[in-house]
Amino acid sequence: MKKTGPVVFGFLIGVLMLLHHFTPSSWIGDRYNNVLDWKQVVFGITLILGVISLFTYHWKKIERRAEGWGYSVITVAGLIFMIAVALIFTPERGPYPWMFDHVQAPMQATMFALLAFYVASASYRAFRARNFHAALLLTAGVIVMLGRVSLGELIGIDSVSTWILDFPNTAAKRGVMIGVGLGMTATAIKIITGIERTYLGKGA
Amino acid sequence: MVIWDHIGMWVAAVLTIAIFSLLYRDNPFYRAAEHLLVGVSAGYYVINYFYASVIRKFAVPVFQQGDLWLLPGGILGLLILLRLSRRTQWVSRYAIAFYVAAWSGYLIPSVIQERILIQLQGTIPPQPGTVPWDAFLGAIIVLIGVISILIYFYFSAPHTGVLGRISQVGITFLMIGFGASFGYTVMGRVSLLIGRFQFLFQELPESLMNM
Repeated sequence: MKKTGPVVFGFLIGVLMLLHHFTPSSWIGDRYNNVLDWKQVVFGITLILGVISLFTYHWKKIERRAEGWGYSVITVAGLIFMIAVALIFTPERGPYPWMFDHVQAPMQATMFALLAFYVASASYRAFRARNFHAALLLTAGVIVMLGRVSLGELIGIDSVSTWILDFPNTAAKRGVMIGVGLGMTATAIKIITGIERTYLGKGA
Repeated sequence: MVIWDHIGMWVAAVLTIAIFSLLYRDNPFYRAAEHLLVGVSAGYYVINYFYASVIRKFAVPVFQQGDLWLLPGGILGLLILLRLSRRTQWVSRYAIAFYVAAWSGYLIPSVIQERILIQLQGTIPPQPGTVPWDAFLGAIIVLIGVISILIYFYFSAPHTGVLGRISQVGITFLMIGFGASFGYTVMGRVSLLIGRFQFLFQELPESLMNM
């Protein structure tokens, strides 16, 4: 019940999802769509579990007055405020969309923008052309970067950049995509048949 | 522009500067902004998905339209909350097994179709003479690249001899691809950076002038 039950249940659901592609039965088709809807509901509730976990972690820090507990107050306040205003004013109007437009979106964009500096400094240390392949990576990166700005057009490197993106880059992306696709398919089959069950946690 | 939009611009500016302050060194302003972002983002996404999934895909169809076929979704969702107690933790495995297996069953046909068959189809070069010579040459380069990369990812035999030399060609293609992706990512981040500076030095002063 505790170990085999979930694996058998997963097998039945996985087979149902696969069966849909091999049968014209509308009943199977309807159940397939039901499972897709259930999946979304489970995902939504799983997010609640995640938020409870985040809240508990920070709440314990505040209770124990652990180092940096003041920052945890900010996290908890932000979390509670967003949920409260969405429940009071609905998510379509009031402070909820305002918080997204003026707090979350600008901060998130700035966080990613900040990475421009760190990627530049990290790549300087990592890419010091130690061998042929590292030099190749560095050269391709520089050419693509130059090809995306007006300077690249001025020195005529934009066509080289386009060529790299169209051919060697396509080959690399496609090779990786096929490899990943084969890996995903194999893992999915292992999950449905119960060979892979580490996702169920310890003792499964 | 209404007053709340002006206030919003100032709030966004203060928070943007607080995050940029990390470039100097780690400081309390950055940490406060970072923790605020975590809290606000968690609140934003949980509400967004709660309304999109739990309300629209469960509560409304089941309780207002009487569609009982959607009831198991809610039950499975509630099972996952049992993970919070050690005694009932094992019950949540049913919900996890459901979610992972449903994804797996959903993915197998679509991955085989989109990530394998369509990609292989696109790798086959066109007949010579049907396309310009440079496009044909490009298609041959892509074919060589894909085959050599797949051989590089083949770990069931040691990469020595011919296999080793072909996998070296694969590494070459991979390095060019990673370099191109890296360049693209950096340029994406730089354009975001430009956007933030435009906000601070262009949009914000304009908003001040219009007050």
